[in-house]
Amino acid sequence: MFWQKDLETMDRASIEKIQLERLQRIVKYCYDNVPFYHERLEKAGATPDKIKCLQDVERIPFTTKEDIRDNYPFGLFAVPMKKVVRIHASSGTTGKPTVVGYTKNDLDMWSDLMARLIVAAGGREDDIAQVAFGYGLFTGALGLHYGLERIGATVVPTSSGNTEKNIMLMHDFGTTTLISTPSYALYMAEVARDMGYKKEDFKMRLGLFGSEGSTVEMRNAIEDAWGIFATDNYGMSELMGPGVSGECERREGLHINEDYFLPEIIDPHTGETKAKGDTGELVITTLGKEAFPLLRYRTKDITRINYEPCECGRTFARMEKVMGRTDDMLKIRGVNVFPTQIESVIVGMKGISPNYQIVVTREGFMDKLEINVELVDETLLERFAELENLQHTIKEKLRSVLGLDAKVNLVQPKQLERFAGKAKRVIDLRNQPKEEK
Amino acid sequence: MVVKQLSVFIENKSGRLVQITEILGKNQIDIRAVSIADTTSFGILRLIVDDPDRAKMVLREAGFTVSITEVIAISIEDEPGGLSKALRVLSDAQISVEYMYAFLSREDKTAYVIFRVEDNDEAVQALRKAGIVCLSSEDI
Repeated sequence: MFWQKDLETMDRASIEKIQLERLQRIVKYCYDNVPFYHERLEKAGATPDKIKCLQDVERIPFTTKEDIRDNYPFGLFAVPMKKVVRIHASSGTTGKPTVVGYTKNDLDMWSDLMARLIVAAGGREDDIAQVAFGYGLFTGALGLHYGLERIGATVVPTSSGNTEKNIMLMHDFGTTTLISTPSYALYMAEVARDMGYKKEDFKMRLGLFGSEGSTVEMRNAIEDAWGIFATDNYGMSELMGPGVSGECERREGLHINEDYFLPEIIDPHTGETKAKGDTGELVITTLGKEAFPLLRYRTKDITRINYEPCECGRTFARMEKVMGRTDDMLKIRGVNVFPTQIESVIVGMKGISPNYQIVVTREGFMDKLEINVELVDETLLERFAELENLQHTIKEKLRSVLGLDAKVNLVQPKQLERFAGKAKRVIDLRNQPKEEK
Repeated sequence: MVVKQLSVFIENKSGRLVQITEILGKNQIDIRAVSIADTTSFGILRLIVDDPDRAKMVLREAGFTVSITEVIAISIEDEPGGLSKALRVLSDAQISVEYMYAFLSREDKTAYVIFRVEDNDEAVQALRKAGIVCLSSEDI
């Protein structure tokens, strides 16, 4: 099943033809309408007439989150406010949020791009879809909401939080599809069990998860807990929100809506473009947005792109699940560690819950990595050695995946924080002043 | 003839033990014996209480990981050599003790010993044959 089959199955030459036309148009559009870009493009000698082929995108300077912040709130908008029909903003945990705007056409395009991904993941018009993302300035909820409405599904906009009510409605309404972060989906399963529900009590069949990365192990745990088919989708508010890419039912990467987003992979340190298929930071140029176009936006997400057509029939390139963010990467005793690597060890491990916490501290000049996991298997209490074995097994697996020794702490169930939105599992205490003893 | 023992997982954090004992106290559950084994990061608390099933329920509700194990309880004389007599029986029968702990009975001159072994039936048989009294939950 496709939403826009002609577009989603174009051959590579046709995709690139559209991309080049739109790239030329958007560069000129930015040059003409946004002073920031005008100045940047002039300075770099990347004026619109210089963009002759797709590769010429490399002449354009990168745009970063700091650029968006510096132009807070509306400095990078390319249309007058009377054309802007919607504003969204990122959570902005540090300082000012990043603000984005949409014209009517942008919202229309967004709905279609979302609809493509929902249909590709297996969503259908007879689905009852519960959106347990937080509604508000955050793009996740409304993005999925409009996409689901576009395909004709029944949308239940419960928002995140109030978990027991969410589950009650899920049960009473016969919800078939859950939209949430992967960590919230797991938390909901835990609460549902505590409420006395079994997975057979629900009509759930599909999960459309996003807004935070998830590993295959995490996905398996969610599928197991809910008895559903779980898929990932990807996006970020700066680029539009969700709808940039998503998994089809084959789940061998996330199809990028390439006619609207031109992806590149760069070396995050040097900024150089990497060869096709290499791993690096994803950079995206929006090809069709009116209110808030972005040229070569550095997503800080680490992935790689596969340009082979997919067996599902779609020809849009597929990006791998995001391995981590350049921001999230921890450097521990000189070793690069992505929290997702730790997650791949923890989630699915017998005897413990899929909730975990990563704590990094520094003793003297030595970094210390500690992983807190929740013990749930009570049969392990029979013998002390079994608990020590469990600790040891986790430690060994971490060592083989990370190349680092970590201390593994078993904690009581439900001690670690649960998250309704994006999970925050890393606590880095290395740069904190030591408490006086 | 076995006794139900509670095993509770505890993080090595201050306030855990008092939390557990307060929960039991509030629920009118009487602790008969206590033993704890710990490493630097966690411990297992073993408890003999008068109502193990209810104790498990209330501790679970409070978020603890709890299990019930059947262990052997014997009564010995509270005098020099009392414990070794029982251990000799087990040793001779090639039954190894995983852990044990003892407490005094309400009666005079009697102590109770809790044993955790691989095969309860086998151990009970050997102990009885040697004339050692094995107790049930009601006896304690």
